[in-house]
Parts: sequence; structure tokens; C-alpha cells
Amino acid sequence: MASKAKTKTVISDEVMISMENVNKWYGTFHVLRDINLTVHKGERIVICGPSGSGKSTLIRCLNRLEEHQDGTINVQGIEINNDLKNIDEIRRDVGMVFQHFNLFPHLTILENCTLAPIWVRKMPKAEAEEIAMEYLTRVKIPEQALKYPGQLSGGQQQRVAIARSLCMEPKLMLFDEPTSALDPEMIKEVLDTMVELAEDGMSMICVTHEMGFARKVANRVIFMDEGQIVEQNEPEAFFNNPQSDRTKLFLSQILDH
Amino acid sequence: MANARDKNYEFVRREDAPILPPPATEAGITGWLWQNIFVSMADYTSIGAGIRSLLMAILSALILYFGGTQIYALIDFTIFSAVFSDPEGIKREACWTVDQGGVLPSGWHGACWPFVVAKQKFLLYGAYPAEDLWRVNLTGLVGLVGMVWVMIEQLPYRREVGAAMLSLYPLMAFILLTGGNSDAEFSNIGIWLVIGLAIISAGRLGKRGFLGPTFAEFATLIGFTGWVFLIFNAVRGVAAVDFGLEPIDTRDWGGLLITLVVAITGIVASLPLGIILALGRRSEMPVARLLSTIFIEFWRGIPLITVLFMASVMLPLFMPEGVNFDNLLRALIGVMLFSAAYMAEVIRGGLQAIDKGQYEGAQAMGLSYWQTMRLVILPQALTHVIPGIVNTFIGLFKDTTLVSIVGIFDLLGAAQSTIADPSWSSHVQALSVYVYVALLFFVFCFGMSRYSIYMENKLSKSRSH
Ligand SMILES: Nc1ncnc2c1ncn2[C@@H]1O[C@H](COP(=O)(O)OP(=O)(O)O)[C@@H](O)[C@H]1O
Ligand SMILES: [Mg+2]
Repeated sequence: MASKAKTKTVISDEVMISMENVNKWYGTFHVLRDINLTVHKGERIVICGPSGSGKSTLIRCLNRLEEHQDGTINVQGIEINNDLKNIDEIRRDVGMVFQHFNLFPHLTILENCTLAPIWVRKMPKAEAEEIAMEYLTRVKIPEQALKYPGQLSGGQQQRVAIARSLCMEPKLMLFDEPTSALDPEMIKEVLDTMVELAEDGMSMICVTHEMGFARKVANRVIFMDEGQIVEQNEPEAFFNNPQSDRTKLFLSQILDH
Repeated sequence: MANARDKNYEFVRREDAPILPPPATEAGITGWLWQNIFVSMADYTSIGAGIRSLLMAILSALILYFGGTQIYALIDFTIFSAVFSDPEGIKREACWTVDQGGVLPSGWHGACWPFVVAKQKFLLYGAYPAEDLWRVNLTGLVGLVGMVWVMIEQLPYRREVGAAMLSLYPLMAFILLTGGNSDAEFSNIGIWLVIGLAIISAGRLGKRGFLGPTFAEFATLIGFTGWVFLIFNAVRGVAAVDFGLEPIDTRDWGGLLITLVVAITGIVASLPLGIILALGRRSEMPVARLLSTIFIEFWRGIPLITVLFMASVMLPLFMPEGVNFDNLLRALIGVMLFSAAYMAEVIRGGLQAIDKGQYEGAQAMGLSYWQTMRLVILPQALTHVIPGIVNTFIGLFKDTTLVSIVGIFDLLGAAQSTIADPSWSSHVQALSVYVYVALLFFVFCFGMSRYSIYMENKLSKSRSH
């Protein structure tokens, strides 16, 4: 069927992210163990793995919400280190969507979306609002623009959060379990938005357990356990023919309920 | 089975059930009285409940009786029995009873308002020269208009008016009240202005990263310090200009004027200082955290009276000879720092209530630390703690009475000194002026309290479901 057809993949040679021998500790706890990962422009990667395996920590290292202690991380050729200028530059180009939305409750939906463009990109207010309305239309909630986040449903809030990130016109989007805090009937609307984004060619790294989504849009699925990348492969091969025992166990647990 | 089938269960409503008025216990004045008062004393269904209801009834009656008599006594004192005028100008004798040689009936007890009226100027302005009172009145009037303007939402330019009230108005008030023309030397001020500009430039350079990454983190703070320097000295410069106003020593200020100057300065300064201290105490930079913590704990650990004593008695001993630092200014600085420490803890409480996700959301979009604080965190944190902030304001307003300890005549101090006037001596002299002072304090504090409730309601309405 046509709907089953995988979105067209346009992966360039341009390296978006490279992580080399990255290690991170929380106190004495070794949370990321020798991570090596390269992501090209246009790639869509799904990361899965048991709770506590370090998935969030990994993607949060990519925009310096967490600091890694060893190894190098380059995002678009800029190294993430203590230089604040580098971090500012990277954060401008990397959008992030969180499990709990993290919208600002004291601002309207429109103000949530224009805040960073106005203050970080120094965009004139009118232009920022125009762009914000464009993206709100894209996530199908332009009519909610003047409401406050507390007045929206979970699914709507998460779509606003996606639009808010897109307003900064990022080159890469990070998603940390974007549907885990949602009621079942709202998961689809958020996933649909993400699929559309993928179809437009956005580079994405997405922590999720939505295997349907992974099959449909991912170029690569990464399985993490105990802070390590245990296995990675193309989705069909990953799901139909997992290699490691840990992957098999994990897949059996999430697929058989 | 047959039995059941015989019964006719068929039911269709053919007319709407009527909409009835609520029973008397639910609506109207009776309903209110019932729900708020009588329902607690109407349950006699068991012995325990009966005893409780009976006790409630007795307690209510007692409260009603004592509360009622107190309130009546106050109204009687201030209005019904009060003497309002002294047409013959006989001063104290206007408030004497026949036993004391006056005309009022024996046992009379009421306010002696002519006394308060006669002392009105002193209670409001202290010894401020009578021909210059317009300066105080103008300051008060502009302040009032500006404040009301900012508070009424329908008016245009509220933001601009607010900005002017926080920048130009204090300067204007300072010059009008003191008369300006201070003896600071312009060359000296000029040097400090240049130093301020240098600090700001250093901050700018630091921000661009020219002075290394460690420096960049402090750049904003350094820039801020530079601005404080610059503004402080610019104010000193303006204050040294001769505007042709008679300089009036702060020793001549008094009464409500002092109370408002001390309270408003304390209130306006404590909020930004408190915010900076609270942010410092939660900062990830150990130095900032340590300094803020020491500052806060130090000022919270000593009573305000001690602060005022230190400021007015001890401080001059440490100052180099010849440096003359205004007594009121010293008290003002003491009050400011003291209230800033309290404010910092209130605001820290608000900061703690903000979810970590808010910081992360802002950071992930590339907002800087100060942008995150100003645009995302503080608006929420401050809204959470409006009651605590206003509580501190009200406490501060009332604590201003302590300045009379160091020889500054605030409203209460002025009231106390009027009692010493023998030409108005009578058995209600002290009480009259104290009731008046209490009333003034109540009006200000109650006003603040109501405005805070209004703000809370407004903010909670616009932001949640
Ligand atoms: N700030 C922190 N301090 C200490 N331990 C943490 C912190 N954040 C996460 N951890 C621990 O690190 C591990 C990995 O966390 P996380 O990356 O959130 O896992 P995942 O997203 O895969 O569920 C967990 O065991 C968690 O308890
Ligand atoms: Mg996680």
C-alpha cells in the first residue's frame, strides 16, 4: 500500500553529528560508556532501550544540557566544549522536544513560539509572529495561538512544543520520548506531526518506543543498554533479525504486551 | 414472572419538572447566614453533636458581644463622643471634662480631633519649612498619579510611565525634597563616571569572549556593576546642580514624609536586590553562592534595631574624619539591605517551585542565563510568591517606625513628640493621636494587601484553565 511506502531518504555525505569515544559519569556512575556515533544530514535515527540505559543523557549531551567528561562531540563541525559561544551556536541550530513539553505557562502559545526568535535570533516581533503562525498552522493549531498552555490538551501542547522548536529553524531536531506523557488517543496526532517533519527532510534523533513510527520513518534504529550502543541497524533488519540477546529480550518485552 | 409483567413500568415524562427556587438555607442573606454561622450550631441529633453545637452557640455569642463592644467603643471614641472643633481656640480646655475645669461631662472619653488637626503639619511633614511644603506635596502628587496610572490597565503608555516612575521620578523626588545643590565636586564625579564607563566596556568585551571563557561568565554581572556605578554617580552629579531650591537638611524631615520615604525606598530597592541575592544563592558559581548566603544570613541574623544603631552610632566612628554621611541615608541603606535579605529568601522560595524543565526548555532554545531568568523563570517565580512579597512589604512598612530609635522622626515618632506639648494636654491627648496614626498605617497596609489579592486573582485567571 502507498501509505506503507517509506518516506524518501535523502542522506547527504555531510556529517551532522560525530561522537567519538564519549564517556560520561554521574558521580561514580558510568552512564555513557564509549559512545561512537555519526549522524549525516537528513538522517532520521530512533534510539530505544530499557529505562535508565542512558538514552536521554545521550541526546542531552548533544546540546549541552548535560556535560560529557571524556571524548569529543562535534555538531555541524563545532565542538561542544566549555566555550559558551560554541554552545550558543549549537543550540540555535538544534531544536529539542521534551517528554513533558516544557512550555512556558505564563506566556501564550504565540509568545512561547516567538520568544527565542526575538531574543536569540534578534528577529523583529512581527516577522517572528508571522513565522510562528506558519509553523502553528503546520502543526494544525493556529486557532490556539492566543491561549495559554494550561488551556490545551497534552497532544496540542506537544505539537506547540514542536512548532516552538521549529520557529528557530533548526537543522536538527532531538525528541526525548515525545509521546510518553500523552494519553493514548493523543499519541497519533503528535506522531503524525513528526512523520510530516521527517517527510520534509528534517534530520532527527528520536528517543521513542513507538516501533510503528520507527519502521515508518527511521533510517537507522539504535539500541542502547547500560550506557552503551549495543546494536544498530536499518529498521527492517533490526526488528526482524536482531543480533544480540539483549536486543531480542528487549524487543520481545515491548512487542508482546 | 407473570407478576412482573403485570406491573406497569412504562414511564415517559410529558412535562419538564419545574425549576424551583433554592431552599432558604442555600441562597440569599438567610442562606449565607445559615451556611456561615448557624449550620455549625444546629446539630442536636446526638449528645456529642448537641454539646458541640451548644458550645459553638455560646462561643459565637461571646465573640459577637466582645467584638461588638470593642468596635462600638472605637466608633464611639472616634466619632460619637469625639470633639471635632475648637472654635474659641482654647486648645486643651476644649477636651477637658467639668472635673478638669472644662465643659465636657464628667467621665467623658473621646478623641480630641482639634489637637490632631493642629499638629497635622508636624505629623505629615515634621519640621520641614512651611513655605517649602509644596515640594513635598508635588512629589507626593506625582508619585500618586504615576502609581495609579501604572495600576489602571485601561490607560495607555503604562510601560513608559512605569519606567519613568522607576528612573526619573526618584531623581525628581530626591532633588525636590533635598533641594539638590550638594557639595560633591564635579571633577570627582567625572572621574567616577569614567570608571563606570570603563567597567561597562570591560563587561562588553568580556561578553564577546575577548577576555577568556571564565570572564565571559561574569560579563553580565560586571556590566551590571558598571551601570550601577554610572547611574549612582550620574545621580550624584545631577544632585550637585543648583536648581535654585533651598537645601533642606534631612534632620528637618519628619512624620509621614519620613515613613513613606523609608518604606518606599526599602520596598523599591529590596525587590531587585532580593532577586539578585536569591539568584546568587542558587547559582552554580561557588563564589556567588557563598557571598549571597553570607550576606543573607548576616542580615537575617541581626535585629533591625541593631542595624539602625550600627548605622547611626557605630558607622561614623569608623569613617575617616570629615566624611559626613547623612543620618537618614545611613538608616535608608540599613533598611534596604535588611529587607533585601528577607526578600531574597521569599523569592528563593518561588524559584524553588519552578520545574527544572522550564530551565531546560529555555536553554535548549539558546536563551542565555539572564534571558532565561528574566523572561521565563522570574515572571513565574515572582507570581508564585506575591503573598510573601507583599507580606515583606507590609512588615517593612511597619518596621520603619524603628527609625525613631536613632533620632529620625517618622510618623510614630512625630506623634510621640506631639504628646509632649502641654498646651494640648488632656487625658485623651495621647490616645487621639495614636488612633490617628494607627488609622494611617492601616490604610497603607490594608491597601497593599488588597492590591496583592487583586493581582493574584488577575494573574491566576489569565494563566490557568
Ligand atoms: N542528574 C542525574 N544525576 C545522577 N544520575 C542520573 C541523573 N540523570 C540520570 N541519571 C541516571 O542515569 C541513568 C540514565 O538516565 P537516562 O539517560 O535518563 O535514561 P533513559 O532516558 O534511557 O531512561 C539512570 O540510571 C539515571 O538514574
Ligand atoms: Mg529518558
